[in-house]
Amino acid sequence: MDLYQELILDHSKRPHHAGLREPFDAEVHHINPTCGDEVTLRVDVSGEGADAVVTDVSYDARGCSISVASSSVLAEEVIGRPVTEALGTFEAMRTMLTSKGAVSGDEEVIGDGVAFAGVAKYPARVKCALLGWTAFTDALARAGVDISTTSSASPQGVSS
Amino acid sequence: MPDVQPFTDRELAALRGEFPILARSVRDGRPLVYLDSGATSHKPTAVLDAERAFYEQHNAAVHRGAHQLAEEATDEFESARATVAGFVGAPADEVVFTKNATEALNLVAYAFSNAAPTDGPKDERFVLAPGDEVLVTEMEHHANLVPWQELCRRTGATLRWVPVAGDGSLDLSTLPDLLTERTKVFAFTHVSNVLGTVNPVTELAQRAHAVGALVVVDACQSVPHLSVDVSTLGADFIAFSGHKVYGPMGVGVLWGRAELLEVMPPFLTGGSMIELVTMERSTYAPAPQKFEAGVPNAAQAVGLAAAVRWVEAIGIDRIHAHEAALVDALLAGLAERPWVRVVGPPRGVDRGGAVAFVVDGVHAHDVGQVLDDAGVAVRVGHHCAWPLHRVLDAAATTRASFGVHNGLDDVQSLLDALDRVPAIFGIDVDERRAG
Repeated sequence: MDLYQELILDHSKRPHHAGLREPFDAEVHHINPTCGDEVTLRVDVSGEGADAVVTDVSYDARGCSISVASSSVLAEEVIGRPVTEALGTFEAMRTMLTSKGAVSGDEEVIGDGVAFAGVAKYPARVKCALLGWTAFTDALARAGVDISTTSSASPQGVSS
Repeated sequence: MPDVQPFTDRELAALRGEFPILARSVRDGRPLVYLDSGATSHKPTAVLDAERAFYEQHNAAVHRGAHQLAEEATDEFESARATVAGFVGAPADEVVFTKNATEALNLVAYAFSNAAPTDGPKDERFVLAPGDEVLVTEMEHHANLVPWQELCRRTGATLRWVPVAGDGSLDLSTLPDLLTERTKVFAFTHVSNVLGTVNPVTELAQRAHAVGALVVVDACQSVPHLSVDVSTLGADFIAFSGHKVYGPMGVGVLWGRAELLEVMPPFLTGGSMIELVTMERSTYAPAPQKFEAGVPNAAQAVGLAAAVRWVEAIGIDRIHAHEAALVDALLAGLAERPWVRVVGPPRGVDRGGAVAFVVDGVHAHDVGQVLDDAGVAVRVGHHCAWPLHRVLDAAATTRASFGVHNGLDDVQSLLDALDRVPAIFGIDVDERRAG
């Protein structure tokens, strides 16, 4: 099966940047109510407006290999990047994941995220792969970042 | 039941032939191994035919109209009620058709809160106030938990629950503290949809009645798998779904003792359920019509009646014996795999048709995905029993649940597919064995 790419399994076993760290501007807790997967995620942002940079993303992810690996790749891809670029990566990830397999993803934009292309063929798992990403955009919004330029203003995840 | 045997290979092959969906393949041509009957059962041709025949030959809104089709549709619907009632040992007028089991349980829960504000005489048994208690258990499906939480919130009553012991049974040592004169309702499941535990309904009902509490039983996981006879069960209400007992989706059943249905206020109101309506107020039809507002799900009820006739023709005791043999074989197979932890009662204890387990170190979603890749359909997650999973210290479990068409070959397919899991996710099987 092409779902469990080596890259996904590696990230799920040894998630990068895992753990909750200080300092942070916002913390969110998102769950996938169908399976009970949970992620607590913190973002730390420096700078304002177009100059805003994601200084840190730290998280505690509990769930299936797809959701844990996805949070790991998220942290890998967005830490140290301008917020606008990070949101672009989110958009690209979401486009790929909701394409039902039509979009394979650009490694230049989403890095290790391309390993999740196979997830798009399993509609029940798309939410797992997006859990960390929707938590991330929610956390950015709560940190005061304007995320209205993305269509992510209303994340599909459940916030609590 | 010493004389009741599992199906022979020939009988099983014939039964399988009655389920059109089993002829299809999944995931690139693999045969479908359906082990998710606990979520919903497949439908034999007899049920599909009955629902279609209703629409083709008798279709009309029941309990309305003066034409022949309306008469026939009403007869079909009421005859379905009698059939389904007979299946659980009840008189026809004690069976209410609902949308599903969840609605049936809500119907009872709302009877309690509706009893409070209405004018006129009310039955004290359905009046809840601060100081009163509602007792549930930790192993409930959300459908038999959330409606009671909401009822307590509306009325100020207190929700209490019986804990689950380590072996997957209810910890009945707590009952003297939990089941008291304050308890107005004790709602619990007959068979756990996760653990497979069969609860001692009659004993629990006796103890509840001794303190004056009403007894509501979620029979969703018992009615399809073992003989349920409300005349001896001891409960005051049972709820079950049609679609889990080979019937169509969209029909559930509430059985209630006639004298209770008579005094209960209605849940949903509107057409069909009335006796007399003026602009100011209305009076209501006798039960069960009082609880069936709007044009009912007649075609689905007719389909459900066909399903229970089909089950009766096979024999529920034989179905139980057959599924018990499959459960035992699966438990034996899982016991040979030390990296698998089964939740619920140990081998040898009577169970329902479900076996849930955890592969330590691998999330159930991932286990289910590997099984699905082999064409084996199971349920993963918390199975609408999230509090129970917290007790089990498992975020999610993988659940195989059997139906009448399953055989030992399906058990083997599950075990073979499961054996791929450790390699894919890097679980060291030998280390687990040594440990």
